[in-house]
Amino acid sequence: MITMQSFSFAPALVGGLLIGLASVLLLALLGRIAGVSGILGDAFTRHPSGQLWRWMFLLGLLTGAAGHAAVAGTDATAGARTGFPAPLLVLAGLLTGFGASLANGCTSGHGVCGLGRLSARSLLATLTFLLAAMVATYGVRHVAGVAP
Amino acid sequence: MSALLRWGRPLAAGLCGVLFGAGLSVAQMTNPRKVLDFLDVTGRWDASLLFVLGAAVGVYAIAHLCIRRRAAPLLDVRFHWPLPGIIDARLVGGSMLFGVGWGIAGYCPGTAVATLGQGRAEALWVLPAIVLGTVLQRVLLAGPDVRGTNGLPSDRVPVGGGRGGRAP
Repeated sequence: MITMQSFSFAPALVGGLLIGLASVLLLALLGRIAGVSGILGDAFTRHPSGQLWRWMFLLGLLTGAAGHAAVAGTDATAGARTGFPAPLLVLAGLLTGFGASLANGCTSGHGVCGLGRLSARSLLATLTFLLAAMVATYGVRHVAGVAP
Repeated sequence: MSALLRWGRPLAAGLCGVLFGAGLSVAQMTNPRKVLDFLDVTGRWDASLLFVLGAAVGVYAIAHLCIRRRAAPLLDVRFHWPLPGIIDARLVGGSMLFGVGWGIAGYCPGTAVATLGQGRAEALWVLPAIVLGTVLQRVLLAGPDVRGTNGLPSDRVPVGGGRGGRAP
């Protein structure tokens, strides 16, 4: 049974538009796909030459989020959880990095840019990771009982 | 390489990163609980992520139609489009692993970087693990796959100097 809980329509829409605009600009200016897993992975595993734009994108990502959180005050970091098990965070990170690298994309590369380009691969990837994530969340929250 | 290209690229990439990070934060996707509330369809479902994704995809889809007709982006000599790939076990299996990781804790690579900027302690565990997972994948499964290009973005294909037609 699906019950709607909270739903932040305007922030979701504005935030999504900003993410879309950022991805469009990266394509129009640098001719690059705004896939964070690829940019992050390449920044760490490729030869350092010609990598400056990737590090600058990551630095911008970090400061953009920090800047908005600072301006918006408590709203951006509201609901910060405490006590989420660190081993689960590490396991989640390992799977996320390994899987996104294997699939050549994550929520941004396949989810935003791939779907925007009407890529069949990205559509399948997005549906697959959404379904897998729903199962994992169910397991963590309702079977293992890790909250929230 | 002209100074415009040399410095324009990293500066433009930094600006894109700022907009991207601000967007994630505005949309509250930097709150992993909000992400899990979307994925938790049997619990207190929060549809917000659907609208974040929908808005971003909508903007990208429309702009992409115009941009793709151009011969080149403004700051490079060519577009670095992903290679046309096929639907294979790497794509599906990788997406399943990624999804499980995303669904456990509520972090994807973008939000892990963004939350590090916001000083969230959890990012100190998640982000290094994501980088380690990526490095492990690229070291362990580095063999050629069915795409014949190691499944890598087009700028990594060692043909004609590889680096996007840019002078070495």
